[in-house]
Amino acid sequence: MRPFEYASPETEAEAADLLADHDGNTAVLAGGTDLLTLLKRDLVTPQRVVDLKTVPSLVGVTPDIDGVRIGALTPLDELQQNPLLAGYQSLLDAIDGIRSVQIQSMGTVGGDLCHLPNCWYFRSGHGLLAMENGESLVETGENRYHAILGNHGPAKFVSASRFAPGLISLGARVRIAGPGADDAETIPLEYFYITPRTERQGVTILRPGQFITHILLPSAAGIQSATYDVLASEGLDWPLVSAAAGVQVEGGLVRDCRIVLGHAAPVPWIAHEAARLLTGRPLNEETAAAAGAAAVAAATPLSRNGYKVQMAAVAVKRALLKATGQLEGGL
Amino acid sequence: MAERKIAWPPRSEASLIGGRHVRKDGHDKSSGAAKYAADINTEGTLYVKALTCRHAHAKVVKLDVEAAKKVKGVHAVHVFRDVDSEVRWDGTLIAAVAAERPEYAEDGVNAIRVEYEVLEHWVDEEDLAGAEKAERTRSLGENEKGDVAAALKQAKAVHKGYYGIATISHMCMEPHGSHCEWTGDGELTVHLSTQNVSGTGGQFAGPLGLDASKVRLICNYIGGGFGSKFAADEWGLAAATMAKETGRPVRFMLDRPTELKTAGTRPSGFAEVTIAADAEGNIIAWDSHHWGTSGIAGSTIALSQFPYVFDFENRNRKATGISTNTGPNRAWRAPPHPQLCALTDTAIDDLAAKLGMDSYDVFMKNLKYTPRPEVYAEEMKIGAKLIDWKKNWHLHGKGGGKGAVRRGLGMALHQWGGRAHAANTLVKVHPDGTVETFGGSQDIGTGTRTIIAITVAETFGLPLDAVKVNLGSNAYPNSGPSGGSTTVGGVSGPNRRAAQEALWKIFDLVTTKYDVEADSLTAKDGKILSNGELVCTWKQATSLLGPMALEVKGEGPKDDGLTDSGVGGVQMADVSVDTETGVVRVNKLVAVQDCGLILDLLTAESQVYGGLIMGIAYGLTEERVMDNRTGRYINADLENYHLPRIGDIGELVVEMYQPDDEYARGVIGLGEPPVISTGAALSNAVANAIGVRVPVMPLTPQRVLEALKGGQS
Repeated sequence: MRPFEYASPETEAEAADLLADHDGNTAVLAGGTDLLTLLKRDLVTPQRVVDLKTVPSLVGVTPDIDGVRIGALTPLDELQQNPLLAGYQSLLDAIDGIRSVQIQSMGTVGGDLCHLPNCWYFRSGHGLLAMENGESLVETGENRYHAILGNHGPAKFVSASRFAPGLISLGARVRIAGPGADDAETIPLEYFYITPRTERQGVTILRPGQFITHILLPSAAGIQSATYDVLASEGLDWPLVSAAAGVQVEGGLVRDCRIVLGHAAPVPWIAHEAARLLTGRPLNEETAAAAGAAAVAAATPLSRNGYKVQMAAVAVKRALLKATGQLEGGL
Repeated sequence: MAERKIAWPPRSEASLIGGRHVRKDGHDKSSGAAKYAADINTEGTLYVKALTCRHAHAKVVKLDVEAAKKVKGVHAVHVFRDVDSEVRWDGTLIAAVAAERPEYAEDGVNAIRVEYEVLEHWVDEEDLAGAEKAERTRSLGENEKGDVAAALKQAKAVHKGYYGIATISHMCMEPHGSHCEWTGDGELTVHLSTQNVSGTGGQFAGPLGLDASKVRLICNYIGGGFGSKFAADEWGLAAATMAKETGRPVRFMLDRPTELKTAGTRPSGFAEVTIAADAEGNIIAWDSHHWGTSGIAGSTIALSQFPYVFDFENRNRKATGISTNTGPNRAWRAPPHPQLCALTDTAIDDLAAKLGMDSYDVFMKNLKYTPRPEVYAEEMKIGAKLIDWKKNWHLHGKGGGKGAVRRGLGMALHQWGGRAHAANTLVKVHPDGTVETFGGSQDIGTGTRTIIAITVAETFGLPLDAVKVNLGSNAYPNSGPSGGSTTVGGVSGPNRRAAQEALWKIFDLVTTKYDVEADSLTAKDGKILSNGELVCTWKQATSLLGPMALEVKGEGPKDDGLTDSGVGGVQMADVSVDTETGVVRVNKLVAVQDCGLILDLLTAESQVYGGLIMGIAYGLTEERVMDNRTGRYINADLENYHLPRIGDIGELVVEMYQPDDEYARGVIGLGEPPVISTGAALSNAVANAIGVRVPVMPLTPQRVLEALKGGQS
């Protein structure tokens, strides 16, 4: 770990100013469950770390016009217990999937959304794109956990966020502050992520000095949702693949739905084809399975991760069935 | 009580032996009072960080540590591999920096300038054809017994299968390392995390040019070793050297990646097996070729022990070693039995499936080829009852079930030696009645302190807490290293001998003082009795010793029946498999285990629980992942090296097999055997559940799905 300045602002405007210094070579400290690891391995070497935990406006869940507003610094276990979030099942499922009390009490939702990839090449210093002498180490290497979708470019890692699929399936938007003290914008969460073509682009649209302040969720009324994580074991681990579904059913038929895959592509992957296939049809074991198949129809597995294609299809099927209370069995 | 003969008390008369006794050091460990090498922090201690090579094979062409020496807080830089040295695996130590604080040491490491000439490497241990092409293989022999070809012709069923088990690291919670401190009179005190207290002092003395008498080696507690901590190691010597150079204490514990990469692995094994049976299920032929790696040395699982436990009349075996640019192997709990079992009992299970027979019946029928058929048969019957085998077993893949989840049963069996290691002890009885023992042994978490106390307290008729056990220092009488499950016999034998002799001497004093027949005396409940009548208290008896304590030395092993070797065990697994995601969950594991005379039933059972948990780890989750292209150990951290957690363990049922004739055998080691057959039992249960063999362990969701897709049976 390299030496850095530590700052603890009290307002969002102060935070934005502090983050914009040093030409933006700064880092946001939320729960720290990812940042500390990155700092210890010298994978990020900011000149200043700005601790947002001291900004009161960033913590807590409040009712919003037709929905709720979640402070990006709200710890996960607080979300789990908050009655305002009772109807947002895909978010609650994702928290439950973490299994670690330590991460649940330290981790924050904003931190999760900005979590850098767990790709072991990246984490051992080969960069986000894991290139060596102009060639991808992932393409012919140990890619068992890597992307099966959206992997045609140089980025082969999978998005690490556990919450983005569920939040996107619920129609979440994020409010971003900075780089100027008064700058702020709100965008749909799905537009927050990018698939980088160069090392410098990163994995989100955040520019130096910017940070997420809040997540805005529309009313969950009429939406049945779920996240299904495929976890190899019962302990703390990243899902091998996950899927989230937000479904509106009317008169026994799907009126609208959003299906999002996690840990399957460099970004949370919206399975438009699967959603189209379901719309106007009843949701049952058969149509859920068809949606699962449609979600991975365009998959392009790498040399060693073909197994994830089936797994992703199953995750979609199970997320849909779970959302609508029809899931039986499964480990 | 009469004859003065070294022996364990008759089972019916034992008061402590065979009971359930909590660990003597349980409170210290759970409260944090216990100090490990990694906790030693005497005033002025310097901390060490190391630079390791990230190439699998390279030559050091430039190494400049001058800038590192000038970094703030840095006191010493130790060079392991200078210019022209060849590095043969990722994680090899190049240099280490000792500094006032870990952060300064890290700054020092960052200031070291090193350049390598990168050389060709090979790290793939499963790809035999590729290794042959790369000229990385060597034959480790082939030998035949009987006539395999003729037997195959007569067979009713012939099964050909492929099996494997990945390399794993030891993953000690406390990494390898030490705290070294020199005193003014030129003596070195080493707090070493070791399984070998009596044997490592000399390993420091020789290379450091010291008299062996000047090395005080201490290890009161160790956070895991599993066979990987018998040596001073180059990092231990580096700590001692830097401590001397700086005149300051130095603590050097390996960091987690280096621990995994360089401080020990269990070799992998892969095998092509042909196995055949007659119509009744008698196995009449075995033909195998196995390969794997132990690292750069290019060895694999010993040929001589193949096939495992079963010595079939017609068998051929062949082994090929692969030299890989990977960290060296070290003994890993029951070397190499888990691998042997994983490559043998799975093939037997598949043969049973081919015959359309219950695996249990095929194992039972072929026990005649094992060294202890009667014991295995009894253990199998007990295990079958505990897991309700007859009710729950079904033909492989034919269990049915709703949805994607299938359930299955599997079994496997194992053997181990567990003889007593060489050891001396000193039993000291003070005139005030207090009792101490001294031995240069170590408690590697297995209850050594507790079983020594049980042995001595039982002999003197005292409560367990009346005996103070001193171990963990090479100042005490020599005791063997804790490896091979040799410690329980190693320490209990000499302590029983010494305590019995001490008691007889005390009896002689009592005889004279109280005018009773020596042959009539017994010691029980803190009293000396003559034909069951009170003569005096223990304290009154020991007061007859005069001003000085009574000291009696004990030695071992001896051929007096206190210890023996040779144990067996049977394990059965009940698992559920999600056939859509490949996820495996353990519902229940049953272990039936013999180990002769059991000193502490609780400790014995705990050993088995631990073995089962470790077996679930290598069976389902843990493996070293080598990246072929970079030659790096790519999951050398606790995030990507997967270990099971509490929720993955399922129900564990442990049954110690201990009829009277087992008690009569004397004490036998138990540390290793319970980990051996867990992997094979799990693999067989998964095959039973889904109807196809997942050939290679660990049985990850990926491997399960790939096996289901391939559909091979």
